[in-house]
Amino acid sequence: MFTPHTPQEIKEMLQAIGVSSIEDLFEKVPAKHRFPELDLPEGLTEMEIASELNEIASANASTDDFISFLGAGAYDHYIPAAVDMLLRRGEFYTAYTPYQPEISQGTLQSIFEFQSLMTQLTGMDISNASHYDGATAAAEAANMAYHIFRGKRNKILLSRAVNPQYRETIRTYMQGFDDVQVLGDEQGDNDRSDTQHLLSKLDASTALVMVQYPDFFGRVIDYTKVVDYAHEIGALVAFVFNPTALGVLKPPGDFDADIAVGDGQPLGIPLSFGGPYLGIFTTKEKYIRKLAGRLVGETVDQNGKRAFVLTLTAREQHIRREKSTSNICTNQGLMALAATIYLSLLGKQGFKQVANLCYQKAHYAADQISKLDGYQLTFEDTPFFHEFVITTPKPVSEINFHLQNHWILGGYDLSQDYPEMENQMLIAVTEKISKMDIDDFVLALEEIAND
Amino acid sequence: MKTPSELKYAKTDEWISVEGDQATIGITDYAQDQLSDVVYVEFMVEEDDVVSKGDNLATVESVKAASDVSFPASGTVIAVNEDLADAPELLNSDPYQAGWMIKIKLDDPSELDDLMSADEYITYNQEREN
Repeated sequence: MFTPHTPQEIKEMLQAIGVSSIEDLFEKVPAKHRFPELDLPEGLTEMEIASELNEIASANASTDDFISFLGAGAYDHYIPAAVDMLLRRGEFYTAYTPYQPEISQGTLQSIFEFQSLMTQLTGMDISNASHYDGATAAAEAANMAYHIFRGKRNKILLSRAVNPQYRETIRTYMQGFDDVQVLGDEQGDNDRSDTQHLLSKLDASTALVMVQYPDFFGRVIDYTKVVDYAHEIGALVAFVFNPTALGVLKPPGDFDADIAVGDGQPLGIPLSFGGPYLGIFTTKEKYIRKLAGRLVGETVDQNGKRAFVLTLTAREQHIRREKSTSNICTNQGLMALAATIYLSLLGKQGFKQVANLCYQKAHYAADQISKLDGYQLTFEDTPFFHEFVITTPKPVSEINFHLQNHWILGGYDLSQDYPEMENQMLIAVTEKISKMDIDDFVLALEEIAND
Repeated sequence: MKTPSELKYAKTDEWISVEGDQATIGITDYAQDQLSDVVYVEFMVEEDDVVSKGDNLATVESVKAASDVSFPASGTVIAVNEDLADAPELLNSDPYQAGWMIKIKLDDPSELDDLMSADEYITYNQEREN
């Protein structure tokens, strides 16, 4: 709650610092900068501003108007109406850091349920209350690994098939540490993900090896060897996972991953440029003291009733200060709640069904597209989940431009992040796409190739 | 506040007790009182580590703060009190006995000459309080 100062308080504060008025306080700021002329248009009425904003908003294309084959880290899944309905209740929607156990049992329980769901999904021991998004969760994984080894291991190895934006975020986070090296994802002999390349960089100074599952190109790779080699040499392994894929794939915990992070956006959170999304962070119990972020635990109150509290808070920045793993303890409370409601509504079977539909539809699309002249699957014979790469007969940007005339959002142009991947389109297919949509897409691709 | 007379004390609130060329190290009653309830002890060293005076021995987390504990003398670590992992509260309840933290083999017992006696430490604490 923000309480404005009373005139009396302002007077007292001015007295304490020895100035007579607020104007005097800002005397040192040159007069012409104190109240600069701003080139602003005249004020508008509510009706006028609503109309103007609607006009700006309608210039956007949304997935309600277009059939979307765009993924690359954020996915267009169906969101049951009940998710938003519950989310927008005032008790949840307007609350800010409601962590006092005596008044916030509802919020604390919902976060506890979220954590429980994330551990079930990933097969990991513990989950925190969430981070901003998948990229920041991945950066916290690198951060945590560095702190677990108390700075004695300074290498963070990233697979080139980890989401390019995540890799960039990790580098941003890590630049504050003088001695940390982030490598392994350089372009070269690594065939965009070859785990051999990653393993060739692995040595006793490696704190963390990070892989993506399914990888950025949609491929499902068996990381058993990576985990084994990394553990042999004492390094930790982090999986960046897509939660929907875990409806059908072996979870990271079964690979003995030390950390598993991902973006929870596919779990009931709409596509939105810049978020809010949801960072999922899970790890093994033995690293609980090094975990960043908030953690809700179950306990009993003085009457012996089940209750929830923030726990192990001594890890956090307000107590450990510069010794804490991270200076960020913010969680995406509302988005974590969306994921919790989404998963609860779908249930175990429903969630598996969504994953299975994505898988089946993506494979149908891949089959149909690869039959077209000029198009082929880039990674033939490699298993994939709901995303795959095709080699296109023309630049992807050109194809996508034409697809818009068919009310289709084409796939992701990989040459944006991978200079070696000209004419490579990353296509995502979710359960929202019908067989007819796929057939329309295939027809349009054929037409564009023959143009 | 207890300040056993047979121990030596560092300005950073560690005590050290010497038997032959071996020494046991912990934090003082004054230190645990300042920290309040200790909830976690993270050791920065393990057995056989060679350490120098002033090196970080552990970080002690309490409900109020996280503080570094330093070696008051140089040597080689010969034992770490594993009990503190499950019972960090021993640092509060029994800082000089069950709450010992680490044992080392001393490089140079004369290093201890720089440390304070119990009386000096009591005076030092009184001065800090004022």
